[in-house]
Amino acid sequence: MLYRTLRDRTMAEAARGPGGARVDLLRVSERVEPGSRVLDVGCGDGELLKLLEAREVDGRGIELSREGVNECVAKGLAVIQGDADTDLAHYPDDSFDYVILSQTLQATRQPRIVLEHMLRIGRHAIVSFPNFGHWRIRLQLLFNGSMPRTANLPETWHDTPNIHFCTIKDFDELCRNIGARMERAVALDPWGTPLKLDAPWWFWNLFGEQGVFLLSRQR
Amino acid sequence: MNKILPTAKLDAPNRFREADRPHSPLVAFGPDKPLQLDAGIELSPFQIAYQTYGVLNAARSNAILICHALTGDQHVANVHPVTGKPGWWETMVGPGRPIDTERYFVICPNVVGACMGTSGPSSTNPETGAPWGLDFPVITIRDMVRAQAMLLDHLGIEQLFSIAGGSMGGMQVLQWCASYPDRVFSALPLATSTRHSAQNIAFHEVGRQAVMADPGWRQGRYIVEGADPRRGLAVARMGAHITYLSDAALHRKFGRKFQDRNNPTFSFDADFEVENYLRHQGSTFVERFDANSYLYLTRAMDYFDLAADYGGIVANAFRGSRTRFCVISFTSDWLFPTSDSRAIVHALNASSARVSFAEIETDRGHDAFLLDEPELLTIVRGFLQSAGRARGLEPE
Repeated sequence: MLYRTLRDRTMAEAARGPGGARVDLLRVSERVEPGSRVLDVGCGDGELLKLLEAREVDGRGIELSREGVNECVAKGLAVIQGDADTDLAHYPDDSFDYVILSQTLQATRQPRIVLEHMLRIGRHAIVSFPNFGHWRIRLQLLFNGSMPRTANLPETWHDTPNIHFCTIKDFDELCRNIGARMERAVALDPWGTPLKLDAPWWFWNLFGEQGVFLLSRQR
Repeated sequence: MNKILPTAKLDAPNRFREADRPHSPLVAFGPDKPLQLDAGIELSPFQIAYQTYGVLNAARSNAILICHALTGDQHVANVHPVTGKPGWWETMVGPGRPIDTERYFVICPNVVGACMGTSGPSSTNPETGAPWGLDFPVITIRDMVRAQAMLLDHLGIEQLFSIAGGSMGGMQVLQWCASYPDRVFSALPLATSTRHSAQNIAFHEVGRQAVMADPGWRQGRYIVEGADPRRGLAVARMGAHITYLSDAALHRKFGRKFQDRNNPTFSFDADFEVENYLRHQGSTFVERFDANSYLYLTRAMDYFDLAADYGGIVANAFRGSRTRFCVISFTSDWLFPTSDSRAIVHALNASSARVSFAEIETDRGHDAFLLDEPELLTIVRGFLQSAGRARGLEPE
């Protein structure tokens, strides 16, 4: 339930591309080289895996919600019921070219360990998450004095599945700490459009509603 | 001939006739083709009874093998010759069903050790002319699978498009994928495990003790001596049947309702509906199943431990496997709980196999895999259609 609603809500208003696919997923799928092996962690109803299928990608998925999984399996996708915190440990090193964690990192119990596993089992990791450093969120906390809620993160503090919010800056720091190399980083505005590529980090951290990162292990 | 007699006729109940001359096609393997058993001996000659449905395509690429569970048999989708009841998996197998007999060629053999026409303890021992009884060698899941592979060789099927089975059938599915990875394009192990748990062995032991404690068992020689351990076998079935259900399902179905009465009788009659139901389960079971087969097949399940053959690591059993797996468990199944299926999935992940895994919410317990569970049917259908596209059986 959790991952799916998260993803759906986070990009609830997200624009859809010509084929009807969500722009954020299209952006992720464009990062993936054709013919590669991909693990989509928190794959929801399998939309991204379906997009990747068209690129001849050998895609696998993990999804927490029973209905999400059952929908995926019935579509013929190789998806298992499980979650990022417990199931990544069982995959051998280097078993995928890409491990994708889309709008889920903030809902894991141990984001650092999850990220380390992703970089262990995949050559690359693609991570996207809502940026808690966005100016709207900062303003809400500053002026309302209560936990921020936005259209894309509508839950109250006591019923949100998001237990580990971070900002783009925080994530960058975590990547440094665990020795992840940032190959590409993009901040997206609320419509899924990338912010100016040459913008400084503080700008992204303030105006990016979400961050999308392509990581690899430090050589 | 399908009438169930109120008491077993000791001369020749239908179930004993089925053992040698079943209402099914038979393949007899002569002395030149012995079955190599894990017990270290050869079973020869022996025979396999099986049912088929649908048509094998010209490329011989659309065959699906169904592996039956402990008390199942080959009559998966036809009227049962002894009980007159519908096939045991007609929700799953048949024209237009998820395992669609209009697309696929479905084969279901009776397992070695059973009593519906494949060699087992109630079959005639060719050396003595009498039923084998306990002289029949103890068999394993791997022995069953070896015999099935011989059947497929005989039918000229090199690779199965798919293989499906629940419980003991699921064990056979897993063993197939480990023993003959190249012969299995896709696999559906349902409500099963890579090894029989201590609790499950314990339940089986209770069942076997019930059979063996029946004076009619006669050290397994009941057919020759004209006896019948029906009470013991019925008790075994009653106990086992509880494990196939769940507390919630029993409560939903029966609660504490009385059977045809409003008050307790202060006796040991079947006052409660649930008692009556279990007694019925026990008494109908003994009309179609052989007590010694029950011993042999429960034993085969007990011995099943896939990891043991692969250095203690299940993942090694599936190393390099290109089979597409679809593992399914049920929330209320406490006999083969989801954790068992998850262990299969983790092993398959560790060996980088292509696996789907779904847990289906139901209160119907272990038996759910046999029942009309819409999600189960949808998933199996979707999985097979996608595998069919990959195998070139269906248009892209």
